[in-house]
Amino acid sequence: MIDAQRLTKRYGGKTAVDGLGFTVRPGTVTGFLGPNGAGKSTTMRMIVGLDAPTSGSVTVNGRRYARHRAPLQEVGVLLEARSVHPGRSARGHLRALALTHGIPRRRVDEVVELAGLGSVAKKRAGAFSLGMGQRLGIAAALLGDPQTVMLDEPVNGLDPEGVRWIRNLLTSLAAEGRTVFVSSHLMSEVSLVADHLIIVGRGRLLADTTVRDLVREAGGDSVKVATADPARLRDVLAGPGVEVTGRVGSEELQVTGVSAREIGLKAAEHGIPLFELTSKAVSLEEAFMELTRDAVEYHGAATGETSGSAA
Amino acid sequence: MSTLTATHETPETPETAPAGRGRPAYRVTGRRVLSSEWAKLWSLRSTWITLGLGLLFLVAFGVIAASHYRSGPGSGRPAERDFADATAVSLSLFGTNFAQLALGVLGVLVTAGEYATGMIRSTMAAVPRRLPVLWSKAAVYGVVALAVATVGAFAAFLVGSRIVSGTPAAMGLGHAGVVRSLLGAGLYLGLVGVIGSALGALLRSVAGGVSVLVAAFLLVPGLVTLLPSSWQADIDPYLPSHAGQAVFALTHDSTTLSPGAGLLVLLGWTALALGGAAYRLLRSDV
Repeated sequence: MIDAQRLTKRYGGKTAVDGLGFTVRPGTVTGFLGPNGAGKSTTMRMIVGLDAPTSGSVTVNGRRYARHRAPLQEVGVLLEARSVHPGRSARGHLRALALTHGIPRRRVDEVVELAGLGSVAKKRAGAFSLGMGQRLGIAAALLGDPQTVMLDEPVNGLDPEGVRWIRNLLTSLAAEGRTVFVSSHLMSEVSLVADHLIIVGRGRLLADTTVRDLVREAGGDSVKVATADPARLRDVLAGPGVEVTGRVGSEELQVTGVSAREIGLKAAEHGIPLFELTSKAVSLEEAFMELTRDAVEYHGAATGETSGSAA
Repeated sequence: MSTLTATHETPETPETAPAGRGRPAYRVTGRRVLSSEWAKLWSLRSTWITLGLGLLFLVAFGVIAASHYRSGPGSGRPAERDFADATAVSLSLFGTNFAQLALGVLGVLVTAGEYATGMIRSTMAAVPRRLPVLWSKAAVYGVVALAVATVGAFAAFLVGSRIVSGTPAAMGLGHAGVVRSLLGAGLYLGLVGVIGSALGALLRSVAGGVSVLVAAFLLVPGLVTLLPSSWQADIDPYLPSHAGQAVFALTHDSTTLSPGAGLLVLLGWTALALGGAAYRLLRSDV
């Protein structure tokens, strides 16, 4: 459980995080979304006490991170910036961190295997590829068997196999009842694993919602249906909450508020032949772009460019 | 890509206990942070190389100075000014000037190296109270530098004193003050190591730390000689390098501090550097 209240961080005149408040709950994967420079990394650094908030506060499991007796057991974190000495072996790195908490050697071996680093554990971390470095960072995050796992852009540099591994890992960690908090600037990546979304732009909270609500607010799912008799189908489907649109003279209709299954059943009931029946989920990416457009445009304008057509 | 296949088989079953039940009671303690810093120090190749260099400088330059003395003033030719009052101790400890660079630089690396590589973020996330890390680094490295330097000082003396035996500089371990001098040299170099690690933590940059170290121990003493002599007498003995020399010099005169006073002054400089490092560590973001 992570609880941020009016969290603010200013670097000189620039405000990186601006009065951010949110709660990340256990048992689900929470996505932390925002364009680059929205303050995601800064927020995560404040959660583990690397940066001190200018004002506001953030607690982990009811206490400030630094006040815990075994911080690595509360929060395991993968930061975006490299946090490993390149001259030390993977095992040496994990061992050094484990020693601060009295975590046994057995656990170091476990996370080495879990992250798939078994064959390179004795190699200098400086010789690792981006993907291997990422796996080492995740091994370090899991070292203390933490209740909260926080990963900043974890799929960066991973190959498709690694990306799938991360997704499965995140889902299973949440299924075990842990709090999982994952940042990304790509909606497509997060929507595959996250149930809950915290969306930020320019350091401000834009939305604290679920994937389902975001879709609904953005217009919901629609169904494309083609038929020989669109006028009659319109009448058949009409009802509260149902919206049917289509061009005059076209066989195609866009229907929201009714599932493809119901449309098929009703059409069959009334003997209306259908040529096409397609569910069209609203693109989450579009919903996300819509939400963050102002935040992105601000940066575009600040650098003297215009990005009016970006969304 | 055998590693990838290996992981692919295990993703659904992370070997972690269910959260909240039967979890082991881990805890950060000062002793554990010490052992972590000890493991960190020895798991880097640069540690072995730099300590080896420090030891080599200490012994080799002592032996070279002793040999030079034996073939020069020690053989009865007119004495060079530098060698006029040379002793087996002063000759064997000639290498401290060079060893202090190696040991001081490694001290800077121990702390500033973590900032340069980003390791500091992992370190501070594991020990978010921060100060135990600084004390542990300074203590672990200080003790290691002290041990290496003491071994080096005794080795240099044992070889050097054999080389100059039979000359006016000859001296044995039993000679008054010799053991105190050799232990003093080890103590001085150990404290230079601690000052190096404090400077590294204070400046968070290897280049910056090394520059300030070199300036404090090699450049400032030279600059002070340009000051009016009345000022010189008030400043010169209290410089860290001169206070340190007083700790391990065999003979003392009115322009130098006594060994005890020298050690106090050097400890004062060390405390100042560590205090500055601690202040920055608590005040600034990592």
